[in-house]
Amino acid sequence: MEHAHTAAQAIEAVSYLRWIVFFPLIGVLFNIFIAPKLGRRAINLVAPGVILIAFAFAWTAFEALGALPPGSALVDNLYPWITTGQLNVDFSLRVDALTAVMILIITGVGALIHIYSTGYMAHDEDVARYFTYLNLFTASMLLLVLGENLLLFFVGWEGVGLCSYLLIGFWYTDDEKASAGKKAFIVNRIGDAGFLLGMFLLFWTLVASGVWTLSFSEIQTAIAEHPGIIPGGVATAICLLLFIGAAGKSAQIPLYVWLPDAMAGPTPVSALIHAATMVTAGVYMIARLHFLYELSPTALSVVAHVAAFTALLAASIALVQTDIKKVLAYSTVSQLGYMFLGVGVGAYGAGVFHLMTHAFFKALLFLGAGSVIHGMSDEQDIRKMGGLLRKMPFTGWTFLLACIAIAGVPGFSGYYSKDLILEEVYAGPHAQPLLYWVGTFGAGMTAFYMFRLFFVTFWGREIRASHEVAHHVHESPWSMLIPLIILAVFSVLGGNLPLLDWLSPLFHAGHVEVPDLIRWLPTVAGAAGIVLAFFMYGTSTKAVEQMNEAPAGIRNLLWNKWYVDEAYDAFIVKPIAALANGFWKGVDTQVIDGTVNGTARLMEYGASVIRVLQTGNVQNYAMSFLVGVTVILFLGVYLW
Amino acid sequence: MVPIHYHLILSAILFTIGTMGVLLRRNTIIIFMSVELMLNAVNLSFVAFAQHWGSMDGQLIVFFVMAVAAAEAAVGLAIILMVFRTKETVNADELNLMRG
Repeated sequence: MEHAHTAAQAIEAVSYLRWIVFFPLIGVLFNIFIAPKLGRRAINLVAPGVILIAFAFAWTAFEALGALPPGSALVDNLYPWITTGQLNVDFSLRVDALTAVMILIITGVGALIHIYSTGYMAHDEDVARYFTYLNLFTASMLLLVLGENLLLFFVGWEGVGLCSYLLIGFWYTDDEKASAGKKAFIVNRIGDAGFLLGMFLLFWTLVASGVWTLSFSEIQTAIAEHPGIIPGGVATAICLLLFIGAAGKSAQIPLYVWLPDAMAGPTPVSALIHAATMVTAGVYMIARLHFLYELSPTALSVVAHVAAFTALLAASIALVQTDIKKVLAYSTVSQLGYMFLGVGVGAYGAGVFHLMTHAFFKALLFLGAGSVIHGMSDEQDIRKMGGLLRKMPFTGWTFLLACIAIAGVPGFSGYYSKDLILEEVYAGPHAQPLLYWVGTFGAGMTAFYMFRLFFVTFWGREIRASHEVAHHVHESPWSMLIPLIILAVFSVLGGNLPLLDWLSPLFHAGHVEVPDLIRWLPTVAGAAGIVLAFFMYGTSTKAVEQMNEAPAGIRNLLWNKWYVDEAYDAFIVKPIAALANGFWKGVDTQVIDGTVNGTARLMEYGASVIRVLQTGNVQNYAMSFLVGVTVILFLGVYLW
Repeated sequence: MVPIHYHLILSAILFTIGTMGVLLRRNTIIIFMSVELMLNAVNLSFVAFAQHWGSMDGQLIVFFVMAVAAAEAAVGLAIILMVFRTKETVNADELNLMRG
């Protein structure tokens, strides 16, 4: 690799990194035990407050890291966590360039979304429980990125999964929402099983060579010092197993199906967990373990192909959806595909860059959607919206900025990151030129569905809702608008941050040279998508009216999401349910219960025969003695 | 001197009477007395053998039996008394709480 370790890098021991995790945890304890007595105002102050304090610590770490030579890291070693045999696992937190970016995104965007939530959840009874989960999520996510070894990483990984489940099913009295939570949890478990196996295999392989460690930096050192410590085939197996975990957490084919359903949760949750932070954990994982994936070009190629296909499939579904959050959900799946496409061609810097810009503009889109839903009295169907730009100017204009950013218009953040990924796909270290065309086509689709969403929701003159709802439409309170404005600033300018230089000591994060045509084609595709959307949905209402008709042909296929859920239901869920049913009614009820009950019934029958002997009359027993003694005496005397 | 089998026959007759009393009578007091009769029938055999063999062992055991029988009489009568207080009967046929 061209970015080998430099001699100047330093490891500095600090003791404040723990507070980045601890402050959100203090918020959790506060919200569980104290908040219910103090009421809404205290919660609104403390819950976002602890995240802001965590942000301050994260910023301190970022500044401290910036003062050190490139490639350095800060380490906060709390205590030896597991010591068994030759294995030592420390409860240790580590900030390097990659982690610094992640903690700033998590606490920064997280704090904005916490503030937004105080407005969005203002009318909800259960606000203390909501912020308990949200703070716990933030703490888990921070542990995930700060953890210095695979085990701590996995604790965070499971913690965010749990919080995701709890928040999707936040309104648990609605059966559909509770089911969506379960679906997310179960699909994530499938991924986690793969992740665990990958972790075991990695550990096993290292131990076979006498390296007892789970620490990221020690594994990297071991691989650098002893090339061939992990044979190529084993490396491929490890990387693919870990990628199954990433596909579950980050919603890639074939495990993406939970994310669109996850929109059942409150909208700020969708913004924080299911767009900006948790779902990017898989991308972070591959970037963190890049030294492992570098060992296996095969695994990287699989990641890239799955990612490109996911990006295309999800974008195609987003073209026809009419629920504002569903469009954004499929857009998220698609954009996560782009991030994996970046890391899958070895362009880790580009992948993380897109992770960051996506966190800005997708959080903004979701929060904007939440603002619309809030103003429209909980209506989510874009067919009943329209013309909202005049009623909700702040929401509308910031939403437009986010759409421009995601569509990749030059100068906006999405343009930089997405184009960078596509250039790397074309000519990067593990280039897949064919996938470049897939990605470019997807970029056009992205621009189209985003501007379709914008035009149908905000453009036009009249609101297609009932008179009461239309009359009630209002701009959201400032607690919701200020996060929108801040995120809009970052969505526009985020592409100019010097992220690639910052990350370049860690792994490949530079620019590659490509022909001008290749450089500009994704932008042209995006522009074409915007223009097409404008002529279809911006200039006339015909296409909007058509959305009310029953879809036919390819639109029907897309409307039904390629029937993937139905296929999973038919080929996986139903057979497993039938098998479970068979085991329940056949094996459990018949065989196991039958054996137990049969033994009892046999005893009962035997007892009913013998019980007549127990008369309760001592004289009968005495008679038995006498007869018995007589018989024994008779035998004793006459037979022996 | 009386031959030993006279004593043994008397002992066997007494033991049989006692056994039949235990098995056939219904009154718990009578059953109890029959048990005493069986004990004393055995005692008779012991002393008879003791005299026959000129050994003191048999007589020694008889003292043990008499001591045990005295203790047993005290406990047994107390039980019968308690049974009568709760059940108001000492008829063995009616005392079948333990029937299966």
